[in-house]
Amino acid sequence: MPTEPPKSVTESQATPKRPNRLGVLGRLFLHSREASILIAGIVLVIYFQSTAPVFLSWSNIANLVVFAATIAIIAAGETMVVITGEMDLSVGMVYALAPFVMYYAQQAGVPYVLAIVLGLGAGAVVGLINGLITVKLQIPSFITTLGTLFMINGFTLTISGGVLVRPEADPLIFAIFGGNFAGFPISQLVWAIVITALFQFILVKTRWGLHTVATGGNLLGAAEVGIKIAQIKIGNFMLCSMLGAFAGILDCFRISSADPLAGGTDYMFRATASAVIGGTLLTGGSGTIIGAFLGAAVLGILSDGFTLSGVSAYTFDMILGAAILITMVINVRLSKLRAAGGGK
Amino acid sequence: MSEEALRTESISKVFGRVTALRDVSIRLMKGEVLGLLGDNGAGKSTLMKILTGFHKPSGGKIFFDGQQIELKSVSHARSLGIEPVYQDLALINEVNVYRNMFLQKELMRNKFFQILDDREMRRLAQQHLKQMRVNIPSVDVEISKLSGGQRQAIAVARSVYANAKVLLLDEPTAAMGVKESAMILDVIRQLKETANVAVIIVAHNYAHVFDVCDRVNLLQNGKITFDRATKETSIDELMNLVLHEMREAREQIQHPGR
Ligand SMILES: Nc1ncnc2c1ncn2[C@@H]1O[C@H](COP(=O)(O)OP(=O)(O)O)[C@@H](O)[C@H]1O
Ligand SMILES: [Mg+2]
Repeated sequence: MPTEPPKSVTESQATPKRPNRLGVLGRLFLHSREASILIAGIVLVIYFQSTAPVFLSWSNIANLVVFAATIAIIAAGETMVVITGEMDLSVGMVYALAPFVMYYAQQAGVPYVLAIVLGLGAGAVVGLINGLITVKLQIPSFITTLGTLFMINGFTLTISGGVLVRPEADPLIFAIFGGNFAGFPISQLVWAIVITALFQFILVKTRWGLHTVATGGNLLGAAEVGIKIAQIKIGNFMLCSMLGAFAGILDCFRISSADPLAGGTDYMFRATASAVIGGTLLTGGSGTIIGAFLGAAVLGILSDGFTLSGVSAYTFDMILGAAILITMVINVRLSKLRAAGGGK
Repeated sequence: MSEEALRTESISKVFGRVTALRDVSIRLMKGEVLGLLGDNGAGKSTLMKILTGFHKPSGGKIFFDGQQIELKSVSHARSLGIEPVYQDLALINEVNVYRNMFLQKELMRNKFFQILDDREMRRLAQQHLKQMRVNIPSVDVEISKLSGGQRQAIAVARSVYANAKVLLLDEPTAAMGVKESAMILDVIRQLKETANVAVIIVAHNYAHVFDVCDRVNLLQNGKITFDRATKETSIDELMNLVLHEMREAREQIQHPGR
């Protein structure tokens, strides 16, 4: 069956790239999910600055960072879970729970740093429960985490009696986890950037990241080659819950108090929306942590900008919802185009 | 070259009331490509699944490298060097070619932090695919950008790279165009020359079998009814056998109980 003589790989690589009619910008949009969301963010900043000149004021940027950084940290974990093809609805409740675990540990005489570790540990336990129920009992994670969402919320409200508490710690710990500089939440911003960079690295450069993508991309195939899909899913649920716990602890140090009603479904939805706006597909198998970070920033810019423009909270939610829908539609379209081989 | 890679003795398989295999004895030599032909429902896939450790046989024996073995699971078979190429290929669409080639056997720059050694995996994948004459645009493209034939070739190449001693391919050219099939057949022919692998290919296309196989077995009604070197037989001879089977079946329908 002789057809054409076999060509080697190197030969085909040497063929010049086919000219692209889309141009540089078009290619960037198609091939880098992050680029499109970054440009959208810049356009929004320019727009809001022109309608409300206080937008780029120091104090307003500080506001924006407070909001976006917290969401970005949670979104990093949510993105990992979504890439495995699952969903974590409970992460916002872990955000509220962790500071209380830390606080009660402190009250019981546990050293401050160890108390923080216990707070994160509470997150890990929740993640483990979410993962085990989802994987071992084969319950859709949507259901599993809907259940734990209510359980954790009830638990936090019960142990706190519904009242705020004020954690203690050395000034150094306050500075590291909740430090402000001239009214600017510098430590939170740094944590968000570090976590985003770390998780992007894990996702793209490590075996864990590769197996996470494989599990979400082709569950059966991943299992057939011997990837431990249960371990991957459970591990990512744990990472997600721990990041939720960490975000809660950071906020607790920043404002020097823990609120049992903080976070919740609102933060979970925003984190998920950030992931999706950033280019992560809810179907699993594909996603980006940097995209989720930029998604959180865009979401922050939108809420903040509309508030400054005097749009009422109700109207704002409508606009926000529409904005999320539009980005999702664009995302799905773009990923279909990408799958079809770019600018054909 | 006359050493035996795999042999079965009177393998049978019963699924409830269906007897899929009655008395199957096959013999696969090292470095040999064996074509397994047979009608739909003849039991070809069942035989392959027994050899990959997926099904337990109802009776009979399997010998591998001269030793009688009992396959406990697919991973047990794989650990021995019996590599199936799955129908779904077990490739990850969203992941590039070279990472798929090393999936679950990744090379790492740093073992502790499990940081992937992309450069080395890329180099080795490129080298290996080139050796096997697998023609793809680049090892950097995602699997989703490749054609069905290219994917199949990657899956075969990956199994070979995993140090397969026996490679089991169930209908690798099913639903494939002429050009794509040719590429798979090229890869298999390449295998024969470079790697010391024994291959069983289940096929429905006689031309494909005569193109790459050293020997051909015909499976009819759960039994091997024909076993000959491809050099010593012809498409015509095989066609006649199958035609004969068809006529008998027709007689059975028209005059039941004869
Ligand atoms: N898991 C199974 N359970 C019950 N019957 C099966 C199963 N697998 C195959 N069979 C039956 O065994 C026979 C042989 O099937 P198969 O090996 O798939 O044939 P082929 O691959 O040659 O077309 C068929 O009658 C089929 O219906
Ligand atoms: Mg079959």
